[in-house]
Amino acid sequence: MATAAVMSGNAANRGFLFRRLHTLSGVIPVGMFLLEHLFTNATATVGPGAYNNAVNAIQHIPFLHVVEFIFIFLPLIYHGVYGLYSAYTSGYNALQYTWARNQLFIWQRITGVITFVFIIYHLWATRFSGQEPNFEFVHNLVSQPANFIFMLVGVIAATFHFSNGLWSFFVHWGITVGARAQRVSAIVLLTLFVLLAAMGVVSLVAFVQGW
Amino acid sequence: MAATEKQLEQAKRTVRLIIERQKDANSEPYEEEFVVPYRAGMNVIAALMEIQRNPVNARGDATAPVTWESNCLEEVCGACTMVINGKPRQSCSALIDQLDQPIRIKPMRTFPVMRDLVVDRSRMFAALKKVKAWIPIDGTYDLGPGPRMAEAERQWAYELSKCFTCGACVEACPNVNEKQSFMGPFVISQARLFNTHPTGAMHKADRFEALMDEGGIHECGNAQNCVQVCPKGIPLTTSIAAMNRDINWFSLTRWLNR
Repeated sequence: MATAAVMSGNAANRGFLFRRLHTLSGVIPVGMFLLEHLFTNATATVGPGAYNNAVNAIQHIPFLHVVEFIFIFLPLIYHGVYGLYSAYTSGYNALQYTWARNQLFIWQRITGVITFVFIIYHLWATRFSGQEPNFEFVHNLVSQPANFIFMLVGVIAATFHFSNGLWSFFVHWGITVGARAQRVSAIVLLTLFVLLAAMGVVSLVAFVQGW
Repeated sequence: MAATEKQLEQAKRTVRLIIERQKDANSEPYEEEFVVPYRAGMNVIAALMEIQRNPVNARGDATAPVTWESNCLEEVCGACTMVINGKPRQSCSALIDQLDQPIRIKPMRTFPVMRDLVVDRSRMFAALKKVKAWIPIDGTYDLGPGPRMAEAERQWAYELSKCFTCGACVEACPNVNEKQSFMGPFVISQARLFNTHPTGAMHKADRFEALMDEGGIHECGNAQNCVQVCPKGIPLTTSIAAMNRDINWFSLTRWLNR
């Protein structure tokens, strides 16, 4: 965290900087990558050829490993590990205070932990499996019921965490300030969650069905 | 005749209270139940005063009277805040007629409990001092009249000025806990109030710095319980988002201007 020391110039501001980097990294680039990933997967609904073409295009990005490390792995690890710490230090009082926003506060943390575990499994089963990523490989993977259920839970948790996290991002960055603006953004972003989750599930089903 | 019957009816009615008590700052809490006679229009403080008058619990055993703090009795001082039926609120404006019985009363455990329902809210005053929640007008010479404040701004700023440091928002906030040092929602709103005042704005940077420091604005997790429990309806979550905007801009430009 060399940038941290430079940016803060003051040890007391470190907490502020770490938190802000956490909300920022969740959207840029991790959230953007999630969207890209969901859209790539959705090409499976068009057919194996479309999916294999999309994967092939990604495989030909120049300096792929560097891009992947800087724009995906590094921010993802930071967001995930700091998020676990943040979930640990949060208090949980939704049994006493049952308002919707307080419930969502807890679900944000629950889905964060689920997504963290899911991503580790997901990376191990696909990215670091040593196998060629193509339609057939994914088809064989998700055709196993246990894998399918794990993928289903992972997709729903990740899309909820992204959509609800984006609501929080807009507050943390002072974009939605008033109560009305925050209410509207909640409706829009929960709709986004439903759409993204549906897209993820439909793609999963397309992988299972084959063609 | 009807009036007498009504009085008789009232004399039979009672109020059941289950109070979480504590002998002193270091002892373990325990629950004690009380049954006190009902009077029309009584509030929680009136019920506590009944216990003071006749310190006998529901089992008929003599006990130490319950201690609590109260002052104004009109919901403007914040001293009598306690957790009543699960929500932090002022016991002076908590009317018995509007509460489910048995009424469960607890001290605000976010703060150190001194005895029974008495808590030490010093941390709130320390937080106000940290963000300089005041307008400095003293000098070694006459500073003259300050700049005028726009009426449109004064109107909403007045709403923020209704904060009486009661502690309800601090009690309800999940991120004010023993694992982190968040100062609480109220102090962010107070910093915004004094930043809005044209004279107070001269110390804007100090308040931003204080809110970027440990326990500052970044420890808010947007659970938004604060705005729900605030007895004065202060738009605390709006204040937090507005200060987020100012502070992010402040920290970013300060870094780029160096």
